[in-house]
Amino acid sequence: MAVSSNRIVRWVDDRLPIFTLMHHSTSAYPTPNNLNYWWNFGSLAGFVLVVMILSGIFLAMNYTPHTAHAFESVERIMRDVNYGWLLRYLHMNGGSMFFALVYIHLFRGMYYGSYKSPREVLWWIGVIIFICMMATAFMGYVLPWGQMSFWGATVITNLFSAVPLVGTEIVTWLWGGFSVDNPTLNRFFSLHYLLPFIIFGLVVVHLWALHTVKSNNPLGIDIKGPQDTIPFHPYYTIKDLYGIGLFLMFYLFFVFFAPNFFGEPDNYIPANPMVTPPHIVPEWYFLPFYAILRAVPDKLSGVVLMFAAILVLFVLPWLDTSKVRSARFRPIYKQLFWIFFLDCLILGWIGAKPPEGAYLVIGRIATVYYFAHFLILLPLTGWFEKPRPLPDSIGAPVITTVKR
Amino acid sequence: MRRLFILIVMALATPAVALASSEKVSLETQHWSWQGLFGSYDQAQLKRGFKVYKEICASCHALGLVAYRNLADIGFAEEEIKAIAAEKEIQDGPNDMGEMFSRSARPSDPFVSPYSNDPAARVANNGALPPDLSLIAKARAGGPDYLYSLLVGYAEPPTDITLVPGMSYNRVFPGHQIAMPQPLFEDMVSHDDGTSSSLPQLAKDVTAFLNWTAEPELNARHSLGLKTLAFLILLTALFYALKRQMWSDVH
Ligand code: HEC
Ligand code: HEM
Repeated sequence: MAVSSNRIVRWVDDRLPIFTLMHHSTSAYPTPNNLNYWWNFGSLAGFVLVVMILSGIFLAMNYTPHTAHAFESVERIMRDVNYGWLLRYLHMNGGSMFFALVYIHLFRGMYYGSYKSPREVLWWIGVIIFICMMATAFMGYVLPWGQMSFWGATVITNLFSAVPLVGTEIVTWLWGGFSVDNPTLNRFFSLHYLLPFIIFGLVVVHLWALHTVKSNNPLGIDIKGPQDTIPFHPYYTIKDLYGIGLFLMFYLFFVFFAPNFFGEPDNYIPANPMVTPPHIVPEWYFLPFYAILRAVPDKLSGVVLMFAAILVLFVLPWLDTSKVRSARFRPIYKQLFWIFFLDCLILGWIGAKPPEGAYLVIGRIATVYYFAHFLILLPLTGWFEKPRPLPDSIGAPVITTVKR
Repeated sequence: MRRLFILIVMALATPAVALASSEKVSLETQHWSWQGLFGSYDQAQLKRGFKVYKEICASCHALGLVAYRNLADIGFAEEEIKAIAAEKEIQDGPNDMGEMFSRSARPSDPFVSPYSNDPAARVANNGALPPDLSLIAKARAGGPDYLYSLLVGYAEPPTDITLVPGMSYNRVFPGHQIAMPQPLFEDMVSHDDGTSSSLPQLAKDVTAFLNWTAEPELNARHSLGLKTLAFLILLTALFYALKRQMWSDVH
């Protein structure tokens, strides 16, 4: 098939079929015709990734990764670089937006069973992207070298000292010294610059897997034939553009009118190893995991649980024993989904509170529930739940609604 | 390593202590001219606030991220800025002879700090360090409302509190004992334009000035923000209309 009538394009394409590739993956890709707006969040996350990489590159042109200059160089960006404040606020709030979008994207996958066969590998790559994002965001937060940067880095890297036998050595190795200091800042900057490009590569693989197994849809049933699909372009390009417009309004509202809404005042105080801030709290998107970490008194168990809370996502496709994908046809799972969602919100709230008294009790119950959801409730529900009848095809329910 | 670990444990434990000891103090919320989508700084107020800073706070607090030239943003003319800078001496050098020398400050210099280093500042202030105020409005929860409440928050201590010698009682400062003696009193600074010199007015003005030093970009940010949002509303409406039209044959 000729991709274009343009001779130059054809000449290149005959030698390197890059235009054919683009055509297949961005234009002709057969997409279910019934996707709802929850399917916009993947492209939105991709959009923000690009925004983060671009704003980050320009920030790095003016940033100095040295403990004696980092804080001030960020303030020079804010004050003396043309539109430096815009770059920095785009990047700062973009991080929060990225996590918000990916969390929605992830819960969308859970609700509609997008992780089930044949999309397990697609799901895995998503989880790996999520882990890389957390590492990137954590190291990025250290760069402005404010009080929270320094103390957040100290607390989190110190978690590794819980590893039996070699814990202290691992921490010294991570720091490149005996405390969080200039070598730590240097390596975090290096990795913070590197990881987004790895994420970018992972997103390409994510889409490769997606285009191999095709998109899931709100009904969770397979595509039966061409009558169930429409080409990605122009239908989903315009729908995604509309989503980007709505999202940009939300995002830029914070950038222009409440740029420090997601931030901590303490990070506008230069890092000081001699003064511990009264509250050391991570960024909001880490709070649920922080709550799990602190739910147990023993440090090692806390660390293990925290990592388990993320890693359990890898085996989700096998923990959920139901063959039916979409929660629309799973009366019990649908309720469990919303309880689990609420449980995550509670964990986030507890993560921001001191680990004492009632907060500690609630945090523990919520942690137990988090794991029970995956390890007990999901397998059992799959066996005992009686799903509602599935439609024959994506087109079928539409036809019935029309008749009614 | 062990010391550090203890430090960490303390760090994790202090929020608990802080929570136990901090009964919620309510700030005296003010209306600030720069709040809201259409908010912007009131230049006359910033100039008055600068005067308060210069005549009172500058004897203890540095403003290291702000240069004299930045005063152009709040309406000072070039000659005025030169004169303000020239009031201060700074050390420069080495010169061609390899010697350090002293010269008067220029518009391109950052605000000259009252002390040559932190220990000197502590010695002069009973062991406490007066923080640099450049970013203070962003570095405290409550921002300008906190600064204002702090400046008007001095009072006689309640009978059940015994102050450490040299400390003052303050309603909103964490722990209520602050090493800064009450800096502002009525009529300490007078204005030519007839603005009142009451304590609340002085506190409000210097707070506004400190908000500007923390967010000098605010006016530009708000005006670009309004234009951007207006443009996005139109663009998104257009995308929506196109989406409706293109999808009309699907459903
Ligand atoms: C005599 C010296 C002195 C003067 C004059 C002075 N301060 Fe202070 N200021 C201090 C000291 C010392 C501290 C540290 C207090 C502490 O940590 O207990 C301080 C702390 C502060 C803080 C930080 C409070 C906090 O939450 O940590 C602010 C804000 C402040 N001063 C504002 C001002 C303003 C505005 C003025 C001028 C109106 C001013 N100061 C004048 C000595 C001074
Ligand atoms: C950098 C972050 C990410 C980007 C840019 C991204 C991008 C995308 C895009 C563009 C799609 C197709 C559109 C859509 O279905 O929404 C998609 C699909 C998908 N993503 Fe992601 N994703 C990211 C992270 C994740 C994560 C963290 C997970 C899960 C742990 C995940 C799981 C999935 C799944 C299961 C699908 C297929 C959805 C379906 O068709 O039902 N993704 N992703």
